[in-house]
Amino acid sequence: MSEEKLLFATQAWIEQFHQEVNKSAAYRQAAKTWEGDFYFVVEPDGLLPEPIYMYMDLWHGESRDAFITKDPTVRDPEFVISAPVNTWKDVIELRLDPLKGLMTKKLKLRGNMAKIMRAVKAANELVRCTTRVPTDFQM
Amino acid sequence: MWYFRSPEIVFGEDALDHLCHIEGTRALMVTDEVMSRLGFVEIVKAKLAEAGLECTVFDQVEPEPSLQTVRRGAALMLEQKPDWIVGLGGGSALDAAKAMWILYERPDLAPEEINPLDDLGLRQKARMVAIPTTSGTGSETTWAVVLTDTEEGRKISTGAPECTPDIAIVDPVFAAQMPPRLTADTGLDALTHAVEGYTSTWHNDFSDGLCLKAAQMIFSYLPRAYANGDDAEAREKMHNAAALAGLGFINSLAAAAHALGHSLGAVFHVPHGRLPYTIQFNARGGQPTRCADIARFLSLPAADDQQGAASLVSAIRDLERKVEGPLSIREALPDVTPDEFAARLDKLVDNAEMDATIVASARDLSTYDTRRLFEYAYEGKDIDF
Repeated sequence: MSEEKLLFATQAWIEQFHQEVNKSAAYRQAAKTWEGDFYFVVEPDGLLPEPIYMYMDLWHGESRDAFITKDPTVRDPEFVISAPVNTWKDVIELRLDPLKGLMTKKLKLRGNMAKIMRAVKAANELVRCTTRVPTDFQM
Repeated sequence: MWYFRSPEIVFGEDALDHLCHIEGTRALMVTDEVMSRLGFVEIVKAKLAEAGLECTVFDQVEPEPSLQTVRRGAALMLEQKPDWIVGLGGGSALDAAKAMWILYERPDLAPEEINPLDDLGLRQKARMVAIPTTSGTGSETTWAVVLTDTEEGRKISTGAPECTPDIAIVDPVFAAQMPPRLTADTGLDALTHAVEGYTSTWHNDFSDGLCLKAAQMIFSYLPRAYANGDDAEAREKMHNAAALAGLGFINSLAAAAHALGHSLGAVFHVPHGRLPYTIQFNARGGQPTRCADIARFLSLPAADDQQGAASLVSAIRDLERKVEGPLSIREALPDVTPDEFAARLDKLVDNAEMDATIVASARDLSTYDTRRLFEYAYEGKDIDF
């Protein structure tokens, strides 16, 4: 039986991601001291007319809140990471290491970069959680 | 997409003479007291004087330089306004020079804020020359900066691509003065760079050849340089090998042996490099480790990846024995009891997991794996998990 795929950057997708994060012992361990919330932004491109903001509040190895919005003013997160959908696809399908993505500016980061550099293992575990969400990138 | 970064490298006998031809008005040399005592500082100052540069010396860099030292050096730079930063010494002096240079150009930053993701806009005030006096860290060819946060008891393994030195002067004249123990420790450090640069998941076509060549040279020349410090050929080859290994790993990335080594260095102040254990760990993961390539290049048995990894581990242990290096953490820390080591394990694991290099390991490490690697490396046990 094939698993139903969730459309990337939808409320259903982020809720499943939120659950996967909270099920992951590896993430909980790697991010046990992490305190910081994010907007993961899907930038507009030919098929996407306006950006989508995926909010996630990560705290001591858990996701406390996660939702989709088109209004960036609803939260003022500590970090904002932006990329077009194809770049997010490369990250989630493990073709682009998140740190390498940041260093080549394929992923654009706003926030305290030094703090991110102390949490690269947590970032990788977070990406692993996304791989457990069956994802359809046909936006 | 990726980048290959390198300084202009001036190498070989009399490479130091290149300093006589640089253009500028004022240099600030970052070094340590040993360099001053050995007369190395005066030699470099004389070359800079020939080029017409005045030179101020900051010789207060300690082994494993602290954030406080970096702040003091940067303050002196802001006062003196040099247009050249000259790093002279081992990895500590060169790393400190890079960090001070960044803060001189960007006084709005704190040393702990240095990272490879920000655009820094360096070279508005000064450029940098790196002159290594040891043959190991390869700091002269890299943008890596390792500092110590003495309050948190951890090494900050950071850097910024822009702080790759403009010029690396790889002249064997100073390295010839290294005592045997320093020769061995720094040489094994360079081998760790070469092997991890080749086996990290960020390996690439531009770094591969540098890493293989460096590894081959280290196996050939480190025992000679260790046994006879006056062996000029071995000294020069080791000096070049360290620079090559630095160039190799900085353009790929180091991996778990570095993460573990940085952690051990911060907690127990021992030279880093736990290479045989991480090679064995990677080889048991079932994924290709590229160790067979290295083994074949060294003419070691390598019918498959497993045999290649085993051959490489065996060759590294032989090399460690030849240069009388410790084969386990326990041997490296004779004054630390097993209970004292166990008491610091949580800290060691936490430090290693915060080190960016850990993500480039051929095999993923869980927290449990990292802990067991430390335990096995402490006892000198072959990895069986």
